[in-house]
Amino acid sequence: MTPDMNQSIPQDTAGDSPVTQSQADAVKLKARNVKVFYGEKQALFDVNLDIKANEVTSLIGPSGCGKSTFLRSLNRMNDTIDICRVEGEISLDGQDIYDKNIDVVHLRARVGMVFQKPNPFPKSIFDNVAYGPRIHGLTNSNSELEGIVQTALEKAGLWNEVKDRLDQPGTGLSGGQQQRLCIARAVAVSPEVILMDEPCSALDPIATAKIEELIDELRENFTIVIVTHSMQQAARVSQRTAFFHLGYLVEEDDTEKMFTNPTDERTQGYITGRFG
Amino acid sequence: MTDAAPIMNGPANGSLATRNSNDAVSRGLKRRYAAERRFKAYGILAIAFAMGMLGLLFTTIVSKAIPAFTQTMINLEITLYPQDIDPAGTRERQTLSSANYRKVIRQAFYDLFPDVTSRRDRRELFDMISPGAVYEIRDMVMANPNLIGERVVVQMPMSDDIDQLNKGQIRKDSPETERRVKDKQIAWFERLENRGLVETVFNTTFFTAGDSREPELAGIFGAAMGSLFTMLVTLLVSFPLAVASAIYLEEFAPVNKWTQTIEVNINNLAAVPSIVFGLLGLAVFINFFGMPRSAPVVGGLVLALMTLPTIIIAARSALKSVPPSIREAAYGLGASPLQVITHHVLPLAMPGILTGTIIGMAQALGETAPLLMIGMVAFIVDVPHGALDPATVLPVQIYLWADSPERAFVERTSAAICVLLAFLVIMNVGAVFLRKRFERKW
Ligand SMILES: Nc1ncnc2c1ncn2[C@@H]1O[C@H](COP(=O)(O)OP(=O)(O)O)[C@@H](O)[C@H]1O
Ligand SMILES: [Mg+2]
Repeated sequence: MTPDMNQSIPQDTAGDSPVTQSQADAVKLKARNVKVFYGEKQALFDVNLDIKANEVTSLIGPSGCGKSTFLRSLNRMNDTIDICRVEGEISLDGQDIYDKNIDVVHLRARVGMVFQKPNPFPKSIFDNVAYGPRIHGLTNSNSELEGIVQTALEKAGLWNEVKDRLDQPGTGLSGGQQQRLCIARAVAVSPEVILMDEPCSALDPIATAKIEELIDELRENFTIVIVTHSMQQAARVSQRTAFFHLGYLVEEDDTEKMFTNPTDERTQGYITGRFG
Repeated sequence: MTDAAPIMNGPANGSLATRNSNDAVSRGLKRRYAAERRFKAYGILAIAFAMGMLGLLFTTIVSKAIPAFTQTMINLEITLYPQDIDPAGTRERQTLSSANYRKVIRQAFYDLFPDVTSRRDRRELFDMISPGAVYEIRDMVMANPNLIGERVVVQMPMSDDIDQLNKGQIRKDSPETERRVKDKQIAWFERLENRGLVETVFNTTFFTAGDSREPELAGIFGAAMGSLFTMLVTLLVSFPLAVASAIYLEEFAPVNKWTQTIEVNINNLAAVPSIVFGLLGLAVFINFFGMPRSAPVVGGLVLALMTLPTIIIAARSALKSVPPSIREAAYGLGASPLQVITHHVLPLAMPGILTGTIIGMAQALGETAPLLMIGMVAFIVDVPHGALDPATVLPVQIYLWADSPERAFVERTSAAICVLLAFLVIMNVGAVFLRKRFERKW
């Protein structure tokens, strides 16, 4: 479909073998002919996309083009919507995530998610971060749990700001802090992939800058897929960019190439601001 | 830049209108403020009216109830002659409990009025003392048989008519034929008063006894316990059922014809007249399952059926109002649907669910009609000790007393209403407390 598709074919074998995970170019998530329907309405048409490990892939496109829909099909969050149906194949490390034998609970522990609006639980900061490890039984000891929480908060760049008030409500933090708390909460489960759906759209520029910085740091340990409506953000944080339009994946390439020399006319139109 | 705003074409066309619209706005402002003030005034008026009515209700009920909290007593000196109580001297419980204490009291009382000799007068004289005085002495003797042969001062209730006379509810200056106390009795009572034998004390009987035909012996405790057991059964049955139904309908049930029918029917059920539930209870619980009549267990079940739709509807709207973002956050971390509900949704919905529960329980507490159908209107003297004992409930007790001819039951009716209101207040305070506890978890 896109030129890049051909390049990614040789990597298929690599993606099928979990041993090659650590390889820089390994394909973490692979979508093949993904179609998503909301009832009768089709929201995604035959999307083929490879998402490489330890890279930030950004999904861009005009509102309603299906970015969120695609993102949510990667950890089966669409399962929570009754009328939603996913067809095609999505695999994580070569394993079909829509397989009957796959447990969504386990899948979501491997593929975490950060949402558009910061949505901390109405609990303490500590309990927010500790919730994932607790339900997955990652540890039985309190001190270990405290360690996990601290590490997660450190990774999310929030530790220094909240270390003295871990028992205070997470909802009392500022918007940017709340979003970093949500990132820490996702990180605490030690997922392999983190999905972010417009994580900065509700934040001010300074908070946004912090999160972008954070995303760049997280890339070292996680594979990140981020939906954004800001092309500068895509350009700043991602290595690969995929452009969606009206439910189709129009083009997908290295971010730099996408923004300097896009192949498709529609991409060009969107990037230059002719529609949006 | 990304969300490219539509480019404004043509010259800005607002400048001409600006000046005129300024005037229009300032003219309109006055009107808007006036409307706002009017609206505020209406609101204050409405609240004042509501508060006034509430105040009126409370003052009338409380002022009517106050006399019920005291009781006119007589301090009578009685000699417990062994030949009257225990002639054989066995001190057997059987003998002691069936002894003729009436005679003992009568004798002591007649001794106070040596001038009253005729049979009719003596009967009227003795009518001034409550029939309950007998139990007073019996209990005293049975608790301490050594008192036999002694001379003791016993405080015993006077009859309800004398009590009413003493409280001024029966006026001495009204014609004799129009009141229940004879002129002679008034004179005797004044003699007792002059000798300092009459005392007005706090009416403990009212708070410790069950119902009675004699107002001075009647108490609210039996009905209160009946209400308590009934409410417990109602709560224990309706709360878990309603919350479970609400969770199922809201979180798990697919949206289809079936669930829609169920939903409509739940709403209909909330509008069914309560007496219908009473008929249902009579037919199902008593006639079919053979449960005991007049028992709080049946009353509680009937009221639970009545309360279910209220709590279900409240619980569903509480569950619905939990922000979807919280569910998403939990699902996104890999929580199972049940974990999402028990860890996040339910705690957040709990204040709303509790509010609905309290509203339902308050309705149930004040309900009379369905309980009439299942025999909870029976005259029950004994204080119930469990949900299976025959009992009545506060509103039914109020209804029974309001229906009684004795003057003294009027004040007791109001006092019973006060107790019912106190029950309600306690329940509401409990709900507020619980709600605060759940809300404090943010
Ligand atoms: N829960 C839903 N039910 C029905 N239609 C939906 C739902 N979520 C999204 N859609 C539809 O799917 C299309 C893609 O939506 P979405 O993925 O949210 O777009 P984006 O995130 O790119 O703005 C839109 O046309 C939207 O109306
Ligand atoms: Mg979206």
